[in-house]
Amino acid sequence: MGGRRIVVTGLGVISAIGRTVPEFWDSLVAGRSGIGPMETVDRSQFRFQNGAEVRGYAPPDYFEEKEITLLDRFAQFALIACSEAVRDAGVEWSRETSARTAIVTGSCLGGQVSQDQAFYDVYWEKRGRIQPLSIPRVMANAATSHISMKYGITGPAFTVSTACSSANHAIGQAFWMVRDGTADMAIAGGSDAPFAFAMLKAWEAMRVVAPDTCRPFAKDRKGMILGEGAGILILEPLEAAQARGARIYAEIAGFGMTADAHHITQPSVDGPAAAMRAALADAALDLTQVGYINAHGTGTPVNDPAEVTAIRKAFGDHAERLAVSSTKSMHGHALGAAGALEAVATVLALHHGIAPPTANFTEPDPECDLYVVPNQARRLDVEAALSNSFAFGGLNAVLAFRRWGE
Amino acid sequence: MDDELTKRVMAVVAATQRIPAETINPESTFAELGVDSLDGVNLLFALEEEFNINIPDEDARQIRGVPDMVAGIRKLLDGAGGSAAQPRR
Repeated sequence: MGGRRIVVTGLGVISAIGRTVPEFWDSLVAGRSGIGPMETVDRSQFRFQNGAEVRGYAPPDYFEEKEITLLDRFAQFALIACSEAVRDAGVEWSRETSARTAIVTGSCLGGQVSQDQAFYDVYWEKRGRIQPLSIPRVMANAATSHISMKYGITGPAFTVSTACSSANHAIGQAFWMVRDGTADMAIAGGSDAPFAFAMLKAWEAMRVVAPDTCRPFAKDRKGMILGEGAGILILEPLEAAQARGARIYAEIAGFGMTADAHHITQPSVDGPAAAMRAALADAALDLTQVGYINAHGTGTPVNDPAEVTAIRKAFGDHAERLAVSSTKSMHGHALGAAGALEAVATVLALHHGIAPPTANFTEPDPECDLYVVPNQARRLDVEAALSNSFAFGGLNAVLAFRRWGE
Repeated sequence: MDDELTKRVMAVVAATQRIPAETINPESTFAELGVDSLDGVNLLFALEEEFNINIPDEDARQIRGVPDMVAGIRKLLDGAGGSAAQPRR
């Protein structure tokens, strides 16, 4: 707590439900899911058939051929989202300000598509050599590095990898650095591109992917659906944003993180509940000020009831007055990008006063009996919102945002 | 023959869970054996390898112990026209 107030002044996304923020938001409000038959891999090899891919994505639409050879799909996504966020914020950097700007990105998997190809070449094709740019394409920090080079940003820059919480940890760290004065601005978010054959086989073996679609909190939910993409937020102190006349979407008010110390894949209740309380404390928000939670909401049989119980534990009676939705029902579980896509969704929910729904909802589950905004967006007149991310490995990261308005 | 199948299943459980074979009996449940959800997927993988079968997620979700595993594998082997002793491919 303490320090400067920090606001969000720029947003960028690329996802299965939109390649720009306006498209993304339109889909969210319409409850339009981007989940469909996977097109980037041979589906006949898999038990599950559906994913939330950026359909029809062609790198030359965004990059020069020479650039593409250096960029894995996950880094391309980060650059595309970053480019939109920077334009949206209307920022230009000088030598001084570039040294005072931080970049923190999250990625669960790094350049998985490139790694898959390189390993296929040596293991299966028995080639004696690997494409020499494989290492710089695969490294998880490639997204941060390419952003730094593109904009000439020389301040604190790094990448966080905490599975499904990566982007929330990244945004939280960036927020704290700007708040405590380590940096005067931050580019923060996450990106992932998990649609690579062996990686999908690994998810299949975990038996957590739904054969149909992602139905968070619904009684007949059968699991998660993998997604891909990137989300980027521009964070800066309130005074600086006002001084340059920037549009303010929302205030990023707090960040909380905890570890379950429990199990490598099973969720706990205490860890997530403590992370939500920590985010509220960091934001100096009373729990009654919160009206919306963008849930982790993976749609697995195990996650959703545990998260609902954690929300009850953190919020007590106020839980009954919350709108809680999982936008993973539309953009899929984008792993290291998930928290970033959901932070953008949460910021826009506060900005527009609309809670995006939990799509694909069928019938309520008594074990998930909070108000989950089934299928239809609804008006949202609330002061603050949380965005939850709970990772495999029991690492929990929660962001708190406050509506902006005099 | 049935007994043979049960024995193989119990051997896979013992090997995968790293527990002594004598602690497992044909009626053992996951709860008794301390098998959690992650152990469960590991066990399913080991059974698929042992019997050269593919266990659908829907069936996997119903499994609560050795009797379910034996019944499920028998069904899969019969349905595939294969046998426990002869891998399909």
